[in-house]
Amino acid sequence: MKTVYILIVLAPLIGSIFAGLFGKRIGRSGAHWSAIIGVAVSFILSMVVFKNIVIDNSAPFNGTIYTWMVSDGIHFEIGFLIDRLTALMLMVVTFVSLMVHIYTVGYMHDDPGYQRFFSYTALFTFAMLMLVMSNNFMQLFFGWEAVGLVSYLLIGFWFKKESAIFANLKAFIVNRVGDFGFLLGIAAVLMYFNSLDYSDVFNAAPLMKNVTIEIFPGHAWSLMTVICLLLFLGAMGKSAQMPLHVWLPDSMEGPTPISALIHAATMVTAGIFMVARMSPLYELSETALSVILIIGAMTAFFMGLLGLVQNDIKRVVAYSTLSQLGYMTVALGASAYGLAIFHLMTHAFFKALLFLAAGSVIIAMHHDQDIRNMGGLKKYMPITYWTSLIGSLALIGFPGTSGFFSKDAIIEAVDESHIFGADIAYIAVLAGVFITALYTFRMFFIVFHGKERMDSHTREHLKESPAVVWVPLVLLAIPSLAIGIMTAGSILFGDYFGGSIVVLENHEVLQHIIEEYKGSVSFLLHSMEDFTVWIALAGVATAWLLYVKRPDLAGAVKERFSFIYNILMRKYGFDDFYQTFFVGGSRRIGRMFWKTGDMGAIDGIMVNGTANMIGWISGKLRYMQSGYLYHYAFTMILGLVGLITFFVLM
Amino acid sequence: MIALSDFLVLGAILFCISMAGIFLNRKNIIIILMSIELMLLAVNMNFVAFSHYLNDTAGQIFVFFILTVAAAEAAIGLAILVLVFRNRRTINVSNMDALKG
Repeated sequence: MKTVYILIVLAPLIGSIFAGLFGKRIGRSGAHWSAIIGVAVSFILSMVVFKNIVIDNSAPFNGTIYTWMVSDGIHFEIGFLIDRLTALMLMVVTFVSLMVHIYTVGYMHDDPGYQRFFSYTALFTFAMLMLVMSNNFMQLFFGWEAVGLVSYLLIGFWFKKESAIFANLKAFIVNRVGDFGFLLGIAAVLMYFNSLDYSDVFNAAPLMKNVTIEIFPGHAWSLMTVICLLLFLGAMGKSAQMPLHVWLPDSMEGPTPISALIHAATMVTAGIFMVARMSPLYELSETALSVILIIGAMTAFFMGLLGLVQNDIKRVVAYSTLSQLGYMTVALGASAYGLAIFHLMTHAFFKALLFLAAGSVIIAMHHDQDIRNMGGLKKYMPITYWTSLIGSLALIGFPGTSGFFSKDAIIEAVDESHIFGADIAYIAVLAGVFITALYTFRMFFIVFHGKERMDSHTREHLKESPAVVWVPLVLLAIPSLAIGIMTAGSILFGDYFGGSIVVLENHEVLQHIIEEYKGSVSFLLHSMEDFTVWIALAGVATAWLLYVKRPDLAGAVKERFSFIYNILMRKYGFDDFYQTFFVGGSRRIGRMFWKTGDMGAIDGIMVNGTANMIGWISGKLRYMQSGYLYHYAFTMILGLVGLITFFVLM
Repeated sequence: MIALSDFLVLGAILFCISMAGIFLNRKNIIIILMSIELMLLAVNMNFVAFSHYLNDTAGQIFVFFILTVAAAEAAIGLAILVLVFRNRRTINVSNMDALKG
């Protein structure tokens, strides 16, 4: 199996190298074939691994592939840990990636950077696979940074667009903040555990439960809390949790397939995956879990609200992604790691679907992304319409769809949780259900129903996208609809994850749900009595009322609550604050160093100052060099007299 | 009887005069050459005085050397002077400031 694991990782890398380095020679179709074949090989082998690990129930693989270096007894290795968690992630990543690659053939059809794009996406798949298959912190960090790099490259894919360059720089810098914490966390692990290997660290972790460290003298902090919070800081950056979420909406400047693959389905969930993988550590720190819970709940609620006022089709979906990532984080905080991964999986399918559907709409609209110019697209694009409907229903957690199982269980898990902050989080996620339904169907109704607001030229050209675009939509719609009912039994209620996720007994929140569970169908029927479903339906009804039945009402509501509307339009001022305080502050500090430090002190005083001083002194000395013989003679005599006086007096 | 100190005072006075001649002169380079000659003579005066006082003729022999050298030096000095005049059409000291920084 070791060869299979290596091939899974290397196939996309080889595809990427072919598409990237020989793009000119192999041409456009050569580039997309090499990337697609690379990812497809990876997907097929992932299925083999999934069958081997999950269905045949083989023992997890944990081994080193290559030792990079050994320094002071610490091994820096490339190694794979293939257990049930990894197997699931492999399936999600390679499947979504494959769908997106196929879709890209249609979406990027006329783009001059076609080969470059495929090279990047395949490279991304490689990096993401390295991340999820890692068995040590160093490789995790490598994958973490590599996906960040590819994300940066792809947000700025249209590098002649100023806003794209701004967005990719923003994403990169905001992620640096998180990664700084992440790196410190890894350093703390290395310092106290003296190993970077997962299994070593996890085995030693319970012994470290009561160890405290003093970062500031006089304040003893629990080591586990410090490590977990630092690692979570990295997850906050990568998974765009408040207050490090600002880069994700802007990342929509990149091409739509990227938004689907990187900024919805896979890369942004790396933080969730990481925390779930580190569950043996997080279980030891209740403080860290509380922080995670509260941050997740805040993100889920507040970012959802922002989705209500956006008019860019991709930004609505982006804020929805933020909100859903908040849900996953909440699940992590409530110690329901398996649930977070389950929601990660369902979300990957339906959110990738929604993004790709949005991309399909954007193609039809000639790259106009403003939903105010759309409307009534249902009759022009039936396949996009129905697949979007499936994605939207899954997103709001409509009973039976995949999102329903994961989201409903998260809400129940929060309800069961007893750690600090669980009460607020419960209210936030419940309110989030309504908001999710409202913004999802606001967009859905505005885009596909109502008046046709596009100009006549666009309307004449409206048509369903080509097969290469809609086939991935359909292929993603199937799991969006069915994956929940298929897998809820084992992942949600069964013991799917086995040893790969550790939950302490007093943190167990799924017990109650599991006890009541009698099969996914009865769970489904039972849920009709559950009020979360009715909250979601109320959201849909509100959206229908405001945007289909009485479109005039929406404007009236906006007028009425103009204060709140303005706050939402300004995105709570996070961007403004960062822009003026951090960016402006850094620029002011930079200007200060430039003006006073570099130009003033170094150039002015040290370099030019030395020269000027010598010039000044020599200017004075020049007066002595009169050139007149008698002056020199006089000086000689004076010197002679001086010397004689000196020797005589001595 | 003329004492040694009188000779020395005369030598010193001659030296000072020649020195003043060098410094105060602004016009003529010949005066500088003459002043230098006078300076050498002042030194010779000291040699002779001490030679007589100490009954040692070495001092007077030295005087001959100095006079010889001074004559040669004056010849060279005047030759240079002629060249300077040919090149610059002046022997005014105030104009000779090519070494000015």
